Amino acid sequence: MNPKRNREEKLFRILMVAALVLVFASLAGIILVVAMKGLASLNLSMIIETPKGGYYLGKEGGIANAIVGSLYLVTGATILAFLISLPVALALQKEYIGRRAAAITRLVLDILWGTPSIVYGAFGFVIMVYLGIRASLLGGIIVLTLLMIPIMARAMDEAVRLVPFELKEMAYAMGATRVETTLAVVFRQALPGICTGVILAFGRGIGDAASILFTAGYTDEIPTSLMDPVASLPLAVFFQAGTPVPEVQARAFAAALILLAIVIIVNLIARLLGWRFSKHIVR
Amino acid sequence: MAHIQIQQLRVSYGSLPVLNDINLEIPDRQIVAIIGPSGCGKTTLLKSMNRLLDLNEDVSVTGSILLDGVNIYDPAMDVTCLRKRVGFLPQRPYPLPMSIFENVAFGPRIHGLSVLSAGGGGKQAEKSLVEHYLRLAGLWDEVKDRLDEPAAKLSIGQQQRLALARVLSIEPEVILADEPTSALDPVSAKLVETQFKLLKENYTIILVTHILRQARRLADYIVFLYMGDLIEHKPAAVFFSAPDDEKTKAYISGEIS
Amino acid sequence: MMPSGNKQFIISRLSGGRRIREALALVSGRLVLILINALALLIFCGLLWKAAPLFGIISVSDWLFSSSWHPMKNQFGLFPFIVGTVSVTLLAMIIAVPVCLGAAIYLSEYAGRRFREIARWLIDILAGIPSVIYGLCGVLVIVPFVAFLGELMGSTTTGYSLLAGGLVLAVMVIPFIISISVEVLRMVPDPLRECALALGATRWETVKYVVLKKAKRGLLAAVVLGFARAFGETMAVLMVVGNVAQVPVSLFDPAYPLPALIANNYGEVMSIPLYDAALMSAALILMLVVGAFSLTAHYTLLKIGETVDS
Repeated sequence: MNPKRNREEKLFRILMVAALVLVFASLAGIILVVAMKGLASLNLSMIIETPKGGYYLGKEGGIANAIVGSLYLVTGATILAFLISLPVALALQKEYIGRRAAAITRLVLDILWGTPSIVYGAFGFVIMVYLGIRASLLGGIIVLTLLMIPIMARAMDEAVRLVPFELKEMAYAMGATRVETTLAVVFRQALPGICTGVILAFGRGIGDAASILFTAGYTDEIPTSLMDPVASLPLAVFFQAGTPVPEVQARAFAAALILLAIVIIVNLIARLLGWRFSKHIVR
Repeated sequence: MAHIQIQQLRVSYGSLPVLNDINLEIPDRQIVAIIGPSGCGKTTLLKSMNRLLDLNEDVSVTGSILLDGVNIYDPAMDVTCLRKRVGFLPQRPYPLPMSIFENVAFGPRIHGLSVLSAGGGGKQAEKSLVEHYLRLAGLWDEVKDRLDEPAAKLSIGQQQRLALARVLSIEPEVILADEPTSALDPVSAKLVETQFKLLKENYTIILVTHILRQARRLADYIVFLYMGDLIEHKPAAVFFSAPDDEKTKAYISGEIS
Repeated sequence: MMPSGNKQFIISRLSGGRRIREALALVSGRLVLILINALALLIFCGLLWKAAPLFGIISVSDWLFSSSWHPMKNQFGLFPFIVGTVSVTLLAMIIAVPVCLGAAIYLSEYAGRRFREIARWLIDILAGIPSVIYGLCGVLVIVPFVAFLGELMGSTTTGYSLLAGGLVLAVMVIPFIISISVEVLRMVPDPLRECALALGATRWETVKYVVLKKAKRGLLAAVVLGFARAFGETMAVLMVVGNVAQVPVSLFDPAYPLPALIANNYGEVMSIPLYDAALMSAALILMLVVGAFSLTAHYTLLKIGETVDS
């Protein structure tokens, strides 16, 4: 072979491998930095205690407020978003809605999906002021729900669209109505994809800080009602990393490690569940 | 027994005509084979008979198909009821994404048949119903010990017989079969054909096939389509021994396929 | 055992309940779809409504092109913030795009199936890492690095700068762009590659002359979507970019992007009436730009399915 061509081939190959190595190195770097800083700060009291003397300056206590708060926020939002997203994804099937209307709705979902979370945060705050709700668990849940709906609905829509038409035809051929077909066939066939969508949205929701910055507030306490402000892991990282007090910074690192671990575990579960629920799937 | 009469049926996809002016009366309790070269509209004709065509976009149907004298394209027609009376067996046996048992129980459940049969229903009635239809489709002995397994785990031949059991489970009067053996190995195909011969005692079976030998083996009555036109239709014996049309002769002799 | 009796009767008796369920589902399906579309409209109109009072005071050109940001004096020139956002985003894209293309081409064209699956999974994980964690790593690693670099180059910098923001943002959008790009590249049909290879082209030549030609619109879409993503990214950038309301002139200068402006000041704006409106107008800009970019990507460049055979 012509040596020039050969050299070009080799050069680009090296560049591409270098790019890929760079990407994996950043992943490894992030995990490493967070793990090193986090593991040094992590202990039992960090997980089970709330901060003492204020989250910004108080040296004692842990991040139980943020862990529990995040779980409250995201669990609530996941449930609400699921209740809206699943019907949306199912109703986007061509049996229920015209091609035009479906295309428009998908476009709207795409725009919502791309909308920055800070915009959701600002919008949520406007709505809350309008309704007279203060920064609270309820406010945070509502805004996170809005943020998660497009993520979930789009993923579910993809899964529903992958259901082979012949399969639906089978149910229709037996005299099933649209609802019966949707519930008995489409839902079950798309179940792995639907679960993946839920978990994906959960992962995105738990890590999002910008949307809950003004809407959920932050507090040292674990909320006891929907109207209480609530702490969260991403904001625990954000607020506490910037303080001059090393003990407080340690809480930020611990929160970051827990958050990262949750996100990675959620990613793993999504894969496993997708596989687990595919028992009845027809290929 | 439902009687099907097709009058001036025209079907087109968008601006592309697929069936031109089909007039046909289907004889009862026989196996009727629709044959013809691929792309001649066999499957379209078949699917027009239980309005599965409605699921396609841009399809337009004119003319009428009378089921016991009632036009099934009448807007007042209950399509689910029509499809219950005119069952459909697909080319590729897509099992529904559920267990073997549920696959067969699905039809009776949606149509409420299991409740009405055996005088009261309940789990036991449903079980006997499922067993009945699996036996009828010749599958019972192979699956009786694993009814709760996913239907997707069955072999493709078993899946097709499961599809047959599924069709039978809604107690149709007519069975439409779209090349039901084309995806099967010879042994499974033979099993399905045998079931068909038994079933024609009680059902009208309309079969689309591109295998002439299968039509010869099974059919009592032949409908020959060519490029969307109904060329000729007559009892099988007459069709094969004394065809009228030149195209029919060419097709039977294998000059066109 | 055989279900018997008058079948006509069975159906007509059952139709009622089934028909009601069917009708209910149809109605609720319509409703949720209307709800979704209404939600998007509501967000847009809500922002517009809150931002509107601003334009009674200042002109659109002052709003977009004036550099004086003095909320106390009712001066709301967003220019420094717009420049901040655009420059940090562009910088990130300049860093990210070559890396993404290289990695995506390698994964799609050179890597084996198994390696590709594993790599895509790792890239998914990278894409799922919350932005505050990117920000934290930025503060711990990138900022000191940039400060060090600045010292080498003879400029005084704290490290909290445009460059730090660009670097962090680049790492954030890289996995996002790669996964779309790999998908786009995999959509190029294999026979096309075989054609080129059969003519004696090397793998790289096949990529250069055939695959990239076919996939260029899709790849452009991936980049555009990545841009939109980066444009609205808030927390990670906010944590490392310095947040000084000035037009940055060097890579080591701090910048102040629009999302950071909103995040830093919202919630305490109630005292100055128009402040609120100004921040909402910033959110509106974000939404419009990001919306326009994602629309472009989805409906002119990606055109699902047309990417390859057009």
